Amino acid sequence: MFRVIAEIFFYPFMVRAIVCGILISLCAAVMGVSLVLKRYSMIGDGLSHVGFGALAVATAFNWAPMAVSIPVVIIAAFFLLRLNENTRIKGDAAIALISTGALAIGILVVSLTTGVNIDIYNYMFGSILAIDKENLWLSVILCVVVIVLFVLFYNRIFAVTFDENFAKATQMRSGIYNMLIALLTAVTIVLGMRLMGALLISALIIFPALSSMRVFKNYKKVTICAAILAVVCFVIGIFLSYIIATPVGATVVVINIIAFIIFYIVGKLKK
Amino acid sequence: MSIIDCKNLSVSYEGKTIVSDVSFSINAGDYLCILGENGSGKTTLMKTLLGLKKPDKGQVLFGDGCSVGKSADASCKRVHKIGYLPQQTNFQKDFPATVMEIVLSGTLNGKAFKPFYTKEDKKKALSAMESLGISDLKKASYMELSGGQQQRVLLARALCSTQDILFLDEPVAGLDPKVTLDMYEIIRTLNEIGITIVMISHDIEAALEYSNHVLHLNKDMDFFGTTEEYRHTELCEHYLCHIPGHLHHDDNCEICNEQEHLLGHTHAHMHDHDCEICEEEAHEAEVMAAGQEENHV
Repeated sequence: MFRVIAEIFFYPFMVRAIVCGILISLCAAVMGVSLVLKRYSMIGDGLSHVGFGALAVATAFNWAPMAVSIPVVIIAAFFLLRLNENTRIKGDAAIALISTGALAIGILVVSLTTGVNIDIYNYMFGSILAIDKENLWLSVILCVVVIVLFVLFYNRIFAVTFDENFAKATQMRSGIYNMLIALLTAVTIVLGMRLMGALLISALIIFPALSSMRVFKNYKKVTICAAILAVVCFVIGIFLSYIIATPVGATVVVINIIAFIIFYIVGKLKK
Repeated sequence: MSIIDCKNLSVSYEGKTIVSDVSFSINAGDYLCILGENGSGKTTLMKTLLGLKKPDKGQVLFGDGCSVGKSADASCKRVHKIGYLPQQTNFQKDFPATVMEIVLSGTLNGKAFKPFYTKEDKKKALSAMESLGISDLKKASYMELSGGQQQRVLLARALCSTQDILFLDEPVAGLDPKVTLDMYEIIRTLNEIGITIVMISHDIEAALEYSNHVLHLNKDMDFFGTTEEYRHTELCEHYLCHIPGHLHHDDNCEICNEQEHLLGHTHAHMHDHDCEICEEEAHEAEVMAAGQEENHV
């Protein structure tokens, strides 16, 4: 067992993936609590599809993948929030529109240019090799920025999540905090996508939050528990994926499912 | 001096006019009740006063010169801070948060940016909870409280955000009679210590009892004035006669008579052979009974 662990740390790409993955799990979990409670869970899913589209187009034209996808996903996040406020197209329909639209465009561009190659496959299902040296620093810095902003605005994010109308009526600029939530979510998703896969990244946002809500009835505890749970699940998942040679994204999600079941049972027993 | 001046306000929602041409003013220390039937635009009016909806026409002026107008300017520093007790949304009922977390969030009102709550904020929250008799629930989880307790928590949050003016949107909706009475008493006490109250209500008897101004809404404004004046209007009498058992029953009032008629149907002994509806009902009952017998055979 210890030999396997030592072996893992021998590979620089594994160390990079572990460092990055832990930070991304943290970001995703803390944003997830707010998103799930605001009934925005599917935004994560929608944005990851947009991210896939952007990555695919960037690959096809040989552009820097991160430099293209981060701004595109941020714009999509703002757009989704705007649509959500619009009563004519309901939020869930808006997300479905944008996510399938982006996916279709991405696939179309890919098939017209390079064809579905290993890169595209990795974007969809994630790859442990995705984090190279230059990406590592970008990811670490952005993750730290997301976590710092979340901590600084924690009380305000809580207020906007619990009761947006009250926040607005009492002169809080809830629009700005909604944007902040969208922005932080967008950055988290793009960063996590390459490791976890576009189709799986939203699990990282939703599962830890839902699991810890089974057990805790206190916002701060829910947030902290979600953060710890996300990191633990990720670490177990990545080690397991190395040992039994499975894709890291899917393994981490399966560990999260198991954690959810355990928390669900604990929550039932607590009552 | 008036702290809120509302002039010719019209608000619409998806092209339909909800509130049209409403004008009134609220003075410091007032207890204003907004009455009206479902769909008469009470909540919409309140949301416009709070700056949550934009008016089509007219304006809302606050005493300090800030307006909730075409562009809700958050830059205008309000002298009179606002507290708001909204109708509870469904998802709030299972929101994982403690009472303290929720009450504290009220202290964010109009505050310069500070990332964390100060000691003063915590003191403020504790004293608000104490005045509403919920300090022992400080660490309790909001979702596990009763409806009345949840309302008190939201009221404590509103108190943290203001000592000037409170907007209450049906504060007693869904509460049992005793808790309702407690709530009204709490609101009365708050008004007595100088907080201006603006309350939406269905409960005309409570409005007559507690408020000193009434705004009766029915898309446009049917009445605005003191509660004493309102008591003598036809509108009020008409509204009152709908409360069963109330003495103000009026034989000339169509709705009253209709209601009495409907009441008659609930009691067998009040069956009336001259009444078409009664006869029809009796006939239906007979047919049904016959049908059941047939089935048995």
